[in-house]
Amino acid sequence: MIKNTNTIAITVSHLKKTYGNVKAVEDVSFEVSEGEIFGMLGPNGAGKTTTVECITGLRHPDGGTISVLGHDPQSDRDALHPIVGVQLQSSTFPDKLKVGEILDMYQSFYPNPANPEELAQALGLSEKLGSYYKTLSGGQKQRLSVALALIGRPKVAVLDEMTTGLDPQARLDTWELIERTRGQGTTIILVTHYMEEAERLCDRVALIDYGRIVALDTPDGLAEKVTGGKQVRFVPSQPFDDQLLKALPEVKTIEYQGKHVKVVGSGQLVNAIIQTLAQNGVEALDIQSEGATLEDAFVKLTGRHIHEDKEAESA
Amino acid sequence: MNNTRIKTPRAAFGKLLLNESRLAWRIPISIGMGLGLPLLLLVIFSILPGTRQAQSIFGGVSYFALTFPILLALTILTVSIEVMPRSLIKYRETGILRRLSVTPVPPGWLLAAQIVINLEIAVAGLIILTAAGVTAFGLEPPKNLLGFLLAYLLTVTSLFAVGLCIAAFVRSDAVANGIGAILFFALLFFGGLWIPRPLMPPVLINISNWTPLGASVDALQRAMQGLFPSLPSLLVLMVYTVVFGYLAVRYFKWE
Repeated sequence: MIKNTNTIAITVSHLKKTYGNVKAVEDVSFEVSEGEIFGMLGPNGAGKTTTVECITGLRHPDGGTISVLGHDPQSDRDALHPIVGVQLQSSTFPDKLKVGEILDMYQSFYPNPANPEELAQALGLSEKLGSYYKTLSGGQKQRLSVALALIGRPKVAVLDEMTTGLDPQARLDTWELIERTRGQGTTIILVTHYMEEAERLCDRVALIDYGRIVALDTPDGLAEKVTGGKQVRFVPSQPFDDQLLKALPEVKTIEYQGKHVKVVGSGQLVNAIIQTLAQNGVEALDIQSEGATLEDAFVKLTGRHIHEDKEAESA
Repeated sequence: MNNTRIKTPRAAFGKLLLNESRLAWRIPISIGMGLGLPLLLLVIFSILPGTRQAQSIFGGVSYFALTFPILLALTILTVSIEVMPRSLIKYRETGILRRLSVTPVPPGWLLAAQIVINLEIAVAGLIILTAAGVTAFGLEPPKNLLGFLLAYLLTVTSLFAVGLCIAAFVRSDAVANGIGAILFFALLFFGGLWIPRPLMPPVLINISNWTPLGASVDALQRAMQGLFPSLPSLLVLMVYTVVFGYLAVRYFKWE
């Protein structure tokens, strides 16, 4: 997925940031490759927003170094602002400006901007171009703020909870836009607490808790590493020699639970089991496959859920 | 990617200014209160019986001529103390300045655009009120034009500096609203809207001389009668400009 092998776009090294007595970021280090979608996942107050605010130059780190496309976000703001697009969690615009007017103003800030109409179209805002900001729904305001982050055709886009408050369809549209944007070579840092979003979009995900990265891997890698892999449960149509399955490279362990067989493994586990059993005249009935999710990984690593309240996340 | 710094297109400031103008037009407090109210007062003062006759207690000028400089100052006061600081504080409160600070455009440009728009309204007020006064209500045009323009300019700079200082120190729009209202009426009082300066008792006139509106009305009044504004009044306006301007620049925060 990562386009350019190992051209580093962003380096964060031993970042620290304290507000008063509160250590928002304890010690965070990571690198983001050019063209990568890098996710930062964690509960509220974990230090995700502070980290990206340091990356965009909005906050001055107490310790550590940051390099974005070779620039220091603090001392080299002028060089970075034209090539870094930012979506902040809490940005608003004047109530009495129209969507089209805000987009038109922001495109004028950049040397080689995207077409505001096309961007509005991609985010489902075309019909709102003539509407006052005040009249937009929360989701529409959110989409406008994503549009403004991308309007300068940035080399790096930093998106802080870009789909919070969006309905499922709008979320899908936004995901598609982000994938297309990355396809054009933009490096993207995505702060989120939607597991599904991280799994769908991110090449790699950093799990952040209490100001530290507790794990960093691909979404699949994280999930499998933490939970031991995928689980498949089935009822065999007749008894079989479990050595058949144990010999498969995908299989790690086999366990009998009454009439059920529970297999833990990785890769194309379900296919491997069905095929091997079929070759030996055994059918696997009532097959249930459970992929380990990022949510499982998060709970295992931090001992708590990302959402205290369960939000509807169907998409 | 490499170190090429990309210059912000100059068109960007034009777009900022355009949107700020749209806002001024769509939220018509500056135009309604800054232009409409003094124009209304101008009409009322001119048609009340006797206001256009020269009075010896006013030093030989009419009540109408005496209050005209206050009406001019009313426009400046509205945009500088009421409108501009509240816009800027709201922009800071709601994160508009913060959002702007991560674009290639310096947030100072928004401040500059605000100053330009409100300056335009002040100048429009000067032109409309003077033209209306002279053509329709028999006001004598300022006899010392240079002194008049200088006094007007310093009124603008001093009150804008005070307004920007409010924007620098006050965090919330609600507080700015309160401070603005108190200042608004206090300054108008010492400018002589309710008790004309020639009728003020010595204590009041002494305080009035040290307020921006008192100094402004004095300077404008003299220029209208053909004298050059008195140096103390011009100095008071200059001191307000420099001191409050310095504090505003020094302590203004974007977030």
